[in-house]
Amino acid sequence: MPHVTDTPTATATLVCAAADILPNTGVCARVGGRHIAVFRVVDAAGQDRWHAIDNIDPKNGASVLSRGLVGNLGDDVVVASPLYKHHFVLATGACLENAEWSVQAHPVEVRDGQVWVSLAGA
Amino acid sequence: MKIVVIGHGMVGHKFLESLADLAAGSLQGAEVTVLCEEPRAAYDRVHLSEFFAGKSADDLSVVEPGFFERTGFSLRLAARAAHIERRTNTVTTVDGETFTYDKLVLATGSNPFVPPVPGRDRKDCFVYRTIEDLEAMTECGARSKSGVVVGGGLLGLECAKALRDMGLETHVVEFAPRLMAVQVDEGGGRVLRHKIEAMGLHVHTSRNTVEIVDGREARHRMVFADGSHLETDMIVFSAGIRPRDELARQSLLAVGARGGIAIDSHCRTSDRNVYAVGECAAWNDQTFGLVAPGYDMARVAAKHIAGDAEATFAGADMSTKLKLMGVDVASIGDAQGKTAHCRSYQYVDEVKQVYKKIVVSADGKQLLGAVLVGNADEYGTLLQMALNGITLPPEPEFLILPSSDGKAKPGLGVDALPDSAQICSCNNVSKGQIGAAVGQGVCTIGEMKACTKAGATCGGCVPLVTQVMKAEMAKRGMAVNNNLCEHFAYSRQELYHLVRVGQVKTFDELLAKHGKGLGCDVCKPTAASILASVWNDFVLKKDLASLQDSNDYFLGNIQKDGTYSVVPRMAGGEVTPDGLIAVGQVAKKYGLYTKVTGGQRVDLFGARVEQLPLIWEELIAAGFESGHAYGKSLRTVKSCVGSTWCRYGVGDSVGLAVELENRYKGLRAPHKIKFGVSGCTRECAEAQGKDIGIIATEKGWNLYVCGNGGMKPRHAELFASDLNKEELVRLIDRVLMFYVRTADRLQRTSTWRENLEGGLAYLQDVVLNDSLGLCAELEAQMQHVVDTYQCEWKTAVTDPEVRKRFRSFVNSEQVDETVVFVKERGQIRPAFAEERELASTSTLDA
Repeated sequence: MPHVTDTPTATATLVCAAADILPNTGVCARVGGRHIAVFRVVDAAGQDRWHAIDNIDPKNGASVLSRGLVGNLGDDVVVASPLYKHHFVLATGACLENAEWSVQAHPVEVRDGQVWVSLAGA
Repeated sequence: MKIVVIGHGMVGHKFLESLADLAAGSLQGAEVTVLCEEPRAAYDRVHLSEFFAGKSADDLSVVEPGFFERTGFSLRLAARAAHIERRTNTVTTVDGETFTYDKLVLATGSNPFVPPVPGRDRKDCFVYRTIEDLEAMTECGARSKSGVVVGGGLLGLECAKALRDMGLETHVVEFAPRLMAVQVDEGGGRVLRHKIEAMGLHVHTSRNTVEIVDGREARHRMVFADGSHLETDMIVFSAGIRPRDELARQSLLAVGARGGIAIDSHCRTSDRNVYAVGECAAWNDQTFGLVAPGYDMARVAAKHIAGDAEATFAGADMSTKLKLMGVDVASIGDAQGKTAHCRSYQYVDEVKQVYKKIVVSADGKQLLGAVLVGNADEYGTLLQMALNGITLPPEPEFLILPSSDGKAKPGLGVDALPDSAQICSCNNVSKGQIGAAVGQGVCTIGEMKACTKAGATCGGCVPLVTQVMKAEMAKRGMAVNNNLCEHFAYSRQELYHLVRVGQVKTFDELLAKHGKGLGCDVCKPTAASILASVWNDFVLKKDLASLQDSNDYFLGNIQKDGTYSVVPRMAGGEVTPDGLIAVGQVAKKYGLYTKVTGGQRVDLFGARVEQLPLIWEELIAAGFESGHAYGKSLRTVKSCVGSTWCRYGVGDSVGLAVELENRYKGLRAPHKIKFGVSGCTRECAEAQGKDIGIIATEKGWNLYVCGNGGMKPRHAELFASDLNKEELVRLIDRVLMFYVRTADRLQRTSTWRENLEGGLAYLQDVVLNDSLGLCAELEAQMQHVVDTYQCEWKTAVTDPEVRKRFRSFVNSEQVDETVVFVKERGQIRPAFAEERELASTSTLDA
């Protein structure tokens, strides 16, 4: 099970400016040689919430999850894979339709309008 | 057991289906042989007039594909039975082949009755019964200016419609003082006549034809008993039917007083081993010219042969509701009021041309019959009351009077109906069976038709079936839930309405006013589609971009490896040599895979996200635009060569295709839309498989609607004919906008049409007769979409904000190493997983 820490590790990578990501969309960043999907989700109160999970869709290996539609299913904030529309919980990387397709979630923080991502349990 | 069936029409086939359903028991290993006189298997004679609307003989077939292979029954076509020898239980065909039987079933149908008028055998005089008759009529119609139908009954009026659709000046000649003299009374007959004459048909009643001779201004001159005459090029006799009981007479079986093969309540003839079903049979000296009683007899005969001694036929209710040339006509029970001491209530509206009458028992408690012309909304309720003996309300006149104060009419909650109440008479579907289907999850009319066949034949019971279905759903606690998703308690149609009326411009606004939560991958693209249809803003505008599915976000079709395909528009399938060269050069430069699509254009595969704007820039420079292959939008207008080059073409299909594609490109819809335009009836563009299909004739363009390919293909239906281009475009504008406004999310036009209560006739009413008063609005909305068109690729490449989004990585110019190609047939394709592992030099963690 992926575990998520609140604070970025010492190896946090600066990936982009917060303003570079359209609200309620995601982008893909290279972090430590991996493809990471970074999402900027606006919650019900109008606040930005940041999430990061692996970008590669385990179902078939395409690097696409950052391009999916974000939203909520019940209490979970999720992204739907653009290929087959299965859902990933952004906080944990869990795949709702099939646990075998779950991915890792990674710590992400915004400081002074800059987005930093580190790799979980590296 | 050897079973021989003589006759393969609708009832004959229903008998075979019933036998097949009874499979086991005493029918195990039964050998069934069917002798069919016509050269084709059973087809839908009830909807014969649709042959002139473009349906082929195959389309009219009532035989489920694979039926004979599955059951092992043997069907012999063009094999007319000539002789029955009951002493030896044999049947001999005209070719001399013999078949022995244990049980024999006669389903020989009827012959059209032709009055013994001298001249009836002249060339260009026809009857209206078989496909061959219709083909002959079509051939004659092409070289005629006028036509007469002799007989103003059900079938005669259907035939008159067919002649009118052929473009002939059409006359109906009827012996009785009114049309549909059996089903309809004097008052109803008057209204019916007015309505039919208002459509341009000429009606002549109380006319007794005494002879037909050469005409002076036309081929024939019909001379009537009163000395008047009528000239015409073509005559079709539809003056009734006579049961075909010749084989019964030949083999000395009992026949009815007015003809027909006499049967008992088990559908057995005077020979225990011989049965008769359908129009050829006479029960209590009554013959039945409707298909529903014939189906009943078929079911009874099959059950009885299988050993069910209780299976009985007890006559049939001859109530009927139909739409003749757009006029609602319905008749229930004792429509003529012949029951002793009965009384009637009548309502006539001469302005709207509506006539309604109910016949009630002397004590005022029972409904005995009814006639409805011009509006048959109450048919379902009245029929159930009559059939189930339900006591009338104290003031029964309100059943047919229009409600003046908006109060609902006294009806019949469908809950008052017993489970045994027959809701669909053509297919014998009861209220209980509809309830059972709902219990299995059926909750739309389309599914109900497919599952139980209720409403699938004549369509008259559809409103009642819908009512029963909804009541059953409510009883089971199944809310009739059309909610889009957890975020919106509305259907797509309702949301569309809210957006338009409330002038909602963004998803955030929509969510705030009418939804909850954050939205999801169901409602966001739906909202995007609705906003696009209504406002037609650039889809990648800041507040719309996050609603778009990946395809619409990157304006390409995402492929399995995360690359995109690029499809430039080639309207009508037309492209210049320079255009082809430019596309080829772009493909070569970026190493793309090329393939021609079914939509008659070129598709380029293998583009990574960051390459897309560069590819588009080059294509735009060469004069191309986005082909919208990625959207729930207009895809292509397929065309055949047409009159410009083709020796057969009678219309410029390519020219029209190019114009139409350029008009509707950019329209966003509940699902993809495809058109086809053919330059002649050979139909090389396969227009009848398209949402909008257009076929050229010498008289103009014929418009077909709601055809689809895909998993469950459906043919388009003829909507309107002989249109010029302006009329055609106007109708397409209306049909498409109506679809955009009212369809469900991801509903193709075929499903949308199947679920329209009232079907094609309703759609024609809305679009051709403007019955909802929407047409001006629909046209204005479409014009807005047309006027605000912009090529999305062009806008995307020239907007730096948008262009910035086309990157594989937000923080690197590196190429996406998960995209790996190998070569096949001289071009690239995505590598399979095994091939990727070999080729990969990636730094991906394990």
